[in-house]
Amino acid sequence: MSDIKYILGSFGDPDEMMHGIEKLQENNIKIHDVYTPMPIHGIEAKLGIKRSRLDILAFFCGLTGTASAFALIYLTSVVDWKHNIGGKPALALPDFIPIMFELTVLFCAFSLVGAYYASTHLFPGRAPRVMDLRATDDRFIIAIDAKENAEHSKIDDLLKDAGALEIKYNERKYVSYE
Amino acid sequence: MSGHKESILREPLITGQNITYSKITSDILLPVENKPNRAWWIGFIIALCGATLWVFAVSYTFWFGIGSWGLNKTVGWAWDITGFVWWVGIGHAGTLISAVLLLFRQNWRNSINRSAEAMTIFAVICAATYVVSHMGRPWLAYWVLPLPNQFGSLWVNFNSPLVWDMFAISTYFSVSLLFWYTGLLPDIATIRDRATGLRRRIYSIFSFGWSGNVKTWQRFEAVSLILAGISTPLVLSVHTIVSMDFATSVIPGWHTTIFPPYFVAGAIFSGFAMVLTLLLVARKVLGLENYITMFHIESMNKIIILTGSIVGVAYLTEFFIAWYSGSEYEQYAFINRSTGPYWWAYWMMMTCNVISPQLLWFKKIRTNIAATWILSIVVNIGMWFERFVIIVTSLHRDYIPSSWAMFYPTWVDVSVFIGSIGLFFTLFLLFLRVLPSIAIAEVKLLLKSASEQAKLEQIKEGHLDKEYVAEYIESLDKFDSVKQEEYAKI
Repeated sequence: MSDIKYILGSFGDPDEMMHGIEKLQENNIKIHDVYTPMPIHGIEAKLGIKRSRLDILAFFCGLTGTASAFALIYLTSVVDWKHNIGGKPALALPDFIPIMFELTVLFCAFSLVGAYYASTHLFPGRAPRVMDLRATDDRFIIAIDAKENAEHSKIDDLLKDAGALEIKYNERKYVSYE
Repeated sequence: MSGHKESILREPLITGQNITYSKITSDILLPVENKPNRAWWIGFIIALCGATLWVFAVSYTFWFGIGSWGLNKTVGWAWDITGFVWWVGIGHAGTLISAVLLLFRQNWRNSINRSAEAMTIFAVICAATYVVSHMGRPWLAYWVLPLPNQFGSLWVNFNSPLVWDMFAISTYFSVSLLFWYTGLLPDIATIRDRATGLRRRIYSIFSFGWSGNVKTWQRFEAVSLILAGISTPLVLSVHTIVSMDFATSVIPGWHTTIFPPYFVAGAIFSGFAMVLTLLLVARKVLGLENYITMFHIESMNKIIILTGSIVGVAYLTEFFIAWYSGSEYEQYAFINRSTGPYWWAYWMMMTCNVISPQLLWFKKIRTNIAATWILSIVVNIGMWFERFVIIVTSLHRDYIPSSWAMFYPTWVDVSVFIGSIGLFFTLFLLFLRVLPSIAIAEVKLLLKSASEQAKLEQIKEGHLDKEYVAEYIESLDKFDSVKQEEYAKI
């Protein structure tokens, strides 16, 4: 058994890469992941990535923001210390709306981005797990686990047929640790 | 998506031939990966002098108090709040471009959103410093926050628009920063993967370990769309609340219900003008003519005519309502604005904001870079005068004629204002050096569908209506970055 860990098909064109994914899947070769310099629509369906639930989280965190803002204003200026402003009611709901709105947006945005960073493991200083350094520049990379899929020459042929410009056999999973 | 061909009737968003994905990366990263040229150094040194002046003038204000400004008993708000509203307004274009245009699927935003958002953040920083320095005792700035304290607790007045403003501006700043930074991650990763040594380590930390795999990209797009969705009402709310700082008071000239939409339109107007002022220079100096094309410039000019006209209608409506209200104080405030001692400021505002932008109806003018650049500066001057007129002319003649006064700025007022422009440009010029000024990943999305070369290929395939092709080629005339010879053969 060789030391090859991952086979990378490096494409110069997103359509050819999509074609490569189809070819591999037709031959029951499991794709580890795909790395692209820009978002390519349609891959997530092919690779079986589920719909994001971040929107649901954002919605409820937004509502939490609305409720927190109301609670803050109500408890401070209606319950704890009423101001007498020209004899007007302390519970002046229209006046509460701007801050309730702002905190809705604030909570929604921060929880959304926080959950996004957490779910995709993004944080400052995290070691980048990059298989090919050109995947953030001009190459569209399909990565295949070489241990799980033993027929290396077949994978090679399929990728080349689909239009891969280059095929790499990486003995390390991530080149960026070097 | 990437295999889809765009209609030939749409003008290209990327011009030039032989553009590849790697060429986009290297073109945009040129200023980041190389030593700055002389133009950058000259600009940076001038801006830095301005920023130093700002530090000095603001420190002077902190030390001696706001008595060092030209304020008096009658005019209690002047250049400080003028500067604050001016900067916040400028910031609005960035969010408009990044959020509203994303929701409307306007692909031309892709090449200008990054620098416009950066501009937003720097403009809001300038605005926020005005808020702090106008407080008089800036070390007590935290008093605007509803924190438990030993006076009761005595809470802030939640009925006050000034408190709403604190929430609005801080939310706006932090959400814009999140939106901008999340969008930057893939591009920082691009710099990281091309760099070596220490540079790579630094960019590696700031790239948050971005790898560009499928799930991250898919979530990235979902997050961008939701952030755009919430930033759109946010940006409208921010300037609405800024306008309420005035509109909820009972000062004649301020107490009007049209302030919110009128301020929002004015903010977008001045913001787009500032985007043009910056990008027309940046595209030339950084050689980005192929990505920020004449189509982008013309589109922004069209937004300027629209919002400038909305502002013009608002000025006239204010006048009409002042007369129609039958309130003599309101009427006097407006007559005094246009014919009183500050008539020159009023007419400066009218000329710069309403009359001169109408020149952009002429295609020759709105596709001329020099004319556009001059007009964009004129708009910014006009919008500064608009805030000055609203604030100072409404205050300077109050209900008792014996207390009528004029406002004369001191050197500190002037230095804080000029200094804030220096601070803004210092931050912007540093941004151009360390981060990509165009969203690389988003521009790459346009290459296969909306670029000039993709459209030329479509024409060469020859299945298109001749009339459409002729119309398309004619539309390329205005582009300064398109070589017409290519099309003469067809």
